[in-house]
Amino acid sequence: MPTLSRADVQHVAHLARLGLEGHELDRLEGQLNHILDQYAVLAELSTDDIEPTAQTIELENILREDVARASLTPDDALAGAPARRGDLFEVPPILGG
Amino acid sequence: MTSSRGLTRLSAHRMGAGLRAGEFSARELLDAHLSLIEAQDGALHAWVSLDFERAREAADRADTTLVAARGVSAAPRDGSTPTLDALPRLLGIPVALKDLVVTRGRPSTAGSRILESFISPYDAHIAERLDAAGAIVPGKTNMDEFAMGSSTEHSAWGPTGNPWALDRVPGGSSGGSAAAVAAYHVPLAIGTDTGGSIRQPAALTGTVGLKPTYGRVSRFGIIAFASSLDQIGPFGRDVRDTAILLGTIAGRDERDSTSAPVAVPDYAGELPSSDDEAAASLRGVRLGLPRQYFVKGMEPGVEARVREAVAALADAGAEIVDVDLPHTDYGLATYYIVAPAEASANLARYDGIRFGRSVRGADVLGNYLATRGGGFGAEVKRRIMLGTYALSAGYYDAYYLKAQKVRTLLKRDFDEAFAQVDALVAPTSPTVAFPLGARLDDPVAMYLSDACTLPVNMAGLPGLSIPCGLSEGLPVGLQLIGRAWDEARLFRLGRAYEAITADAKWRTLEPTDLRALDDPATPGPMERVAIMGR
Repeated sequence: MPTLSRADVQHVAHLARLGLEGHELDRLEGQLNHILDQYAVLAELSTDDIEPTAQTIELENILREDVARASLTPDDALAGAPARRGDLFEVPPILGG
Repeated sequence: MTSSRGLTRLSAHRMGAGLRAGEFSARELLDAHLSLIEAQDGALHAWVSLDFERAREAADRADTTLVAARGVSAAPRDGSTPTLDALPRLLGIPVALKDLVVTRGRPSTAGSRILESFISPYDAHIAERLDAAGAIVPGKTNMDEFAMGSSTEHSAWGPTGNPWALDRVPGGSSGGSAAAVAAYHVPLAIGTDTGGSIRQPAALTGTVGLKPTYGRVSRFGIIAFASSLDQIGPFGRDVRDTAILLGTIAGRDERDSTSAPVAVPDYAGELPSSDDEAAASLRGVRLGLPRQYFVKGMEPGVEARVREAVAALADAGAEIVDVDLPHTDYGLATYYIVAPAEASANLARYDGIRFGRSVRGADVLGNYLATRGGGFGAEVKRRIMLGTYALSAGYYDAYYLKAQKVRTLLKRDFDEAFAQVDALVAPTSPTVAFPLGARLDDPVAMYLSDACTLPVNMAGLPGLSIPCGLSEGLPVGLQLIGRAWDEARLFRLGRAYEAITADAKWRTLEPTDLRALDDPATPGPMERVAIMGR
């Protein structure tokens, strides 16, 4: 199994949208590689013919009647928003400047 | 007349009988518990938020219902008011909620700074069920952040002590709930179990804890960790109480499409009432002893207690069969791929835009990095990183898909075992409660705490941990694992084990450090960690 370099750790942190300090990256590099080493045992098992299990109970396509019903009010839904404008969540611009 | 403190020593079912008989009121019962919490929680830190006023209002409502029912029972009327017998079993009984059960208008932090100021606009399904049953919720209990941990030390609000030894952990992640029940702050509590987070703390605090079958309890309003594994369950001080709490929260709820439309038995009502009857029910039961669960690193005292418990079950007429669960050793690696992968997806919702902590950066990306980087603790970041890596391009097949295939093998092991036996009996935790700080710097050592519990989550099965004695003065847990939906059998077996060990000396012992909790000079767990040099 591959090991993670410092650059890999930084890349994964970016994918995960985690802003990490230098000392956190240092620690994570060692710890993640130690944990990944534990995963190596799985390579011993031949699983070519084995179906994956995503969940353990056989419930599929759970549907309900397509009828309108009450949900959270806009004020309830926005009650925890750091910034709102009217009935909308306010976010910084993502296009242009 | 039972003393205030004496009331807290009763089982929940005995409390219910006392309330119905008018021996004490729901308000008296609640106040007895609240005064214990007030006196002791500075040193124990089982709770992260308390709402005494709201709890007292609920207790007064329960008393009004009880008085009305007593009147009707004495002089039957039109049937619009329930009789005493028709009241819900938990009416007036204090029940603690783990801090990841959201409750409208009250804090629910999941042990995380990122939810420090979060107030839910709605109630979790199980909170509604408990309210409807008249249960009284004094507050929320401490936990590892987002339920990631086995010691409750990964809480942003500091660790919880173990009532048996205050310088040791209560287990985790539902450590606050377990400690609150063990210290008689409440007779019952709610936890969640993703890899052992109910059963392991139950074992380490000498309480009873059940992880139900995946799909048994609606998770609507439960802050998610790993969605194919998380399940809600009860803690109590005996099997009957634990069964009452499961019966109150279990069943299909259309707001959680993974909650199953499977009938819920009357778990507590079906339990034998006498010890003799309970013990007799063991005759002819086939119990599997999985040899792989006596793992490397298991403490000899733990193994000895578990083997004695198995011998006692055999003496009472159970047939013990050695079984193999050959892929057990792969469980840990499989779990630590699947659970972090699902966690990394679930925790993507904490974006600082809709609710929770929000820190401004230079732009949208900067907001995410600052909000999440500063809001999550070290263990949560570790798991998000692991999960993100395992799901990232080029590694998905090697890690996540591989783990899901091994999950099939783990499940198959159980299927084959259950073709031969009615239930499995095993240790819950390989060790007794460990010292605060002992595993904090070694994630892999911490993860090994759950070696005997996490395969059960991978297979979606129910598991019950019950106390089976002490090793070096600390509780040991016996784990009973059942077929899917077979919680009723686990309760019967657990009740039978209680019956055959009813006279054991260890059953008469209260947690060793309860007395220290009453001493105002006893430091809180945060200070204890400092004293221990961390």
